[in-house]
Amino acid sequence: MQFGVFSVGDITRDPTTGRIPTEHERLQAMVAIAKKAEEVGLDVFASGQHHNPPFVTSAPTTLLAYVAAQTERIVLSTATTLITTTDPVRIAEDYATLQHLSGGRVDLMMGRGNTGPVYPWFGQDIRNGVPLAIENYALLHRLWREDSVSWEGRFRTPLQSFTSTPRPLDGVPPFVWHGSIRTPEIAEQAAYYGDGFFHNNIFWPIHHTRQMVRLYRQRFEHYGHGRADQAIVGLGGQVFMHRSSQEAVKQFRPYFDVAPVYGHGPSLEEFTEMTPLTVGSPQQVIDRYAAMRHEVGDYQRQLFLIDHAGLPLETVLEQIEILGTEVVPVLRREMAIGRPADVPDAPTHGSLVQKAGGPRDVTVYAVDGVTGRRAEAVA
Amino acid sequence: MSTRTLAVVSGGLRQPSTTRLLADRLTEATVRALGEQGITTTVEVVELREHAHDLTNMLLTGFAVPRLQEVLDAVVGADGLIAVSPIFSGSYNGLFKTFFDVLEAGSLAGMPTLLGATAGTARHSLALDHALRPLFVYQRAVVVPTGVFGATEDFGASSSTATGRADDTPAIAVRVDRAARELAPLVAARTARAGRDAFTDPTPFERLLAGGA
Repeated sequence: MQFGVFSVGDITRDPTTGRIPTEHERLQAMVAIAKKAEEVGLDVFASGQHHNPPFVTSAPTTLLAYVAAQTERIVLSTATTLITTTDPVRIAEDYATLQHLSGGRVDLMMGRGNTGPVYPWFGQDIRNGVPLAIENYALLHRLWREDSVSWEGRFRTPLQSFTSTPRPLDGVPPFVWHGSIRTPEIAEQAAYYGDGFFHNNIFWPIHHTRQMVRLYRQRFEHYGHGRADQAIVGLGGQVFMHRSSQEAVKQFRPYFDVAPVYGHGPSLEEFTEMTPLTVGSPQQVIDRYAAMRHEVGDYQRQLFLIDHAGLPLETVLEQIEILGTEVVPVLRREMAIGRPADVPDAPTHGSLVQKAGGPRDVTVYAVDGVTGRRAEAVA
Repeated sequence: MSTRTLAVVSGGLRQPSTTRLLADRLTEATVRALGEQGITTTVEVVELREHAHDLTNMLLTGFAVPRLQEVLDAVVGADGLIAVSPIFSGSYNGLFKTFFDVLEAGSLAGMPTLLGATAGTARHSLALDHALRPLFVYQRAVVVPTGVFGATEDFGASSSTATGRADDTPAIAVRVDRAARELAPLVAARTARAGRDAFTDPTPFERLLAGGA
């Protein structure tokens, strides 16, 4: 099972000091977080994609490529890639490039995005959120699998004989997850393709998660990708830890009380009861998250939100240290107990290449369609 | 003997509440009218005051805590609705609006609904038709023609005569009875709604790909 961290890349004032980081500091902090995650043995670092303040993550592949150059092992992912408002042609090109540069350490999580004006800023309409996600992904799926694509749809200019380059590394497209809180069409989409389904889980009561994962698993089996319990499920989570649980609550409360999303609303105690947010000792986090599989079945990926609400970088790095040294090693053991041998791990580039029968170079060379000669041969 | 459920939402803030008094009058009359048609009614009363914090939290977090979700489900799942608000600043109060704001869009479509409102004097009575009624029309509820406005003086007016006040307004008992007799047949006629559950009966992806819903 994979464990990692995901960041929305928000710039938020630290309510305890009044300090607010610059964009430059926040971007560099995200790099430090990713490197720390690798250092302590976590498996995944995922970045959001946003196109408005207070976020710094408008160009995730630039960030992830920079991280890739400074890491060796960690899988780089997104949380989420805006499949609705990002041109699928650019997603195909950008992430295939990242795949080559990172040595295959990349997968993506598709999401629709919930910031209304982002749609018109990119020439779209939020009311078409689901149809955009479906059409754009259908095109992206083809662009990574067919060398020459001729295509026509509702939302994008048509393509005739288009080749998305570079072709996927070793002939194997990046693995894709689809994220949604409560839109059954997205669970259906993930199931149809045999892709992964990720439920953000944080900020929401677990019954939303259960309901969506159950639908995804049933439909995954329906579409013939395997048994329901073999579907590829990921969950989000949110924790703040200290050796003493009272101290964890005391330290986190000022951040919680004014946090974006849930601040000024329910109390920390109510919110931790209602959602997977766990504020306490490492053991409390272990107990809470080891029980998640009882809600959704054996799953493949657990990501933690760890760096929001204005928490300073040094605190975030401490939290990642606790996660990597005290929590995740125990969770790995706990999650393995009683897990059927034929429940797969999350696909990686390595496992996908193996499944495809080994690496293939699928470079498409520019060929003159009339004479059959390559451009460089003509020159 | 068939049965129906009636949800009663009271936006009164004080206890005891005049709004609740009116809601109870409307409820009793409706239950009686349904009884005359051989229908037993189960009544679910929602005092919004008890859910004020949960409603605010739901506005902020996007989800209902279980005790609020039960109430939302009960209202949406009822065969009829009686909704009564005090009039503040020319309209329903904010708590009443919040409750109907957090309901899923379309969840009151077709709901037989009786509206009531209370205020200190009858000068606020048009709020019933100019503020409450449009809110429920937006929700596509089926609102009965008679809304019942209860001013403080109504609670001292005679119910034994058809006319309760000098301005020839019928006594509140008469208005309550008329409204209940408009609501009851709609509630009685309500048949089980088998809404499609997208989680047990999803739209097949081939249809989604083809642009269907």
